[in-house]
Amino acid sequence: MSFINYAAREINCKLVYYGPGLGGKTTNLQQIYARIDPKAKGKLISLATKAERTLFFDFLPLDLGTVRGFKTRFHLYTVPGQVFYDASRKLILKGADGVVFVADSQIERMEANLESLENLEENLADQGQSLDAMPHVMQYNKRDLPNVVSMPELQVALNRRNAPWSEACAPKGIGVFETLKAAAKLVLIDLKRKTGG
Amino acid sequence: MNAPWGDLFLFAEDEQRLVAMLARLCNDAKARAAFLVDQNGRLLAASGDSAGLDTTSLASLVAGSIAATEGLARLIGERAFSGLFHEGERSHLYVTVLSEGLILVVSFDRSSSAGLVRFRVRRASDEIGQAFAEIADRVAGAQAELAQITDEDIENLLSI
Repeated sequence: MSFINYAAREINCKLVYYGPGLGGKTTNLQQIYARIDPKAKGKLISLATKAERTLFFDFLPLDLGTVRGFKTRFHLYTVPGQVFYDASRKLILKGADGVVFVADSQIERMEANLESLENLEENLADQGQSLDAMPHVMQYNKRDLPNVVSMPELQVALNRRNAPWSEACAPKGIGVFETLKAAAKLVLIDLKRKTGG
Repeated sequence: MNAPWGDLFLFAEDEQRLVAMLARLCNDAKARAAFLVDQNGRLLAASGDSAGLDTTSLASLVAGSIAATEGLARLIGERAFSGLFHEGERSHLYVTVLSEGLILVVSFDRSSSAGLVRFRVRRASDEIGQAFAEIADRVAGAQAELAQITDEDIENLLSI
């Protein structure tokens, strides 16, 4: 759900980064945090284990600028990718206005990608929602590694709804902002549609 | 109610109403500050002394803490815990779920006590919960200003 605060002239939207464990969701947020104007960002909060695996969530508030007199604030969250943290994923997915699915392009992670995508669809369904109606984008991460699945194969396997997609190498920042921009755009278009535009 | 899944519109008069209730609670409970947060971790209203406090992070972490605690409650056969105390050396927090989707956070120090805060929160919670329910239930209708947003506006906005 979007939260439109007329008193503060703010639009608040929640964007959730979803995907298999070790796929690069946290790295996306770290790169955004490192590269964006300090005035446009809040604190990056990571609730992680000592081994730097996301335990509960990462959180980054961003100001993306002003539209029609409204400050647009996006709250970026990642979910823990590991299979056994499903309760955390469900909680963080609640109230999402948009989803970024961060897929790991490596051949040996294809099964994990499919499992995570299925888990996303199930968790949305539990909340009475569907990926068909949820603004979402695909990010194919780790494209710089040698053992990657081809783009056409990834698209056929993971992007059945033909969502906007981008290739990425998150640790170098490649594709990170393209992904964020595409997702934020879809969320705002959806908000405009819902509010009668 | 529309929340937690519908969009939530908070108008200036809504905020004033909620802030006035929080201010009264702060005064009655001798608290430093009070905050209303939705279950998605967004700050809805605040009153009192929050200077130097990162209220955006506070809202997100409180919502996460409540969610995790509800999981704990279910493990021992409870639906939820009604309140959470976080006790520090000088500053403390009392966090309570007022209604579905709405969390009240009270920050206090040695000027008050856990007992007083809890008592005052219990007294104020119905009124605040009712006000929020009316705001969340209201059908905001078409929002002319938002509907005027163009694709170009969005492109310009996202020059990141």
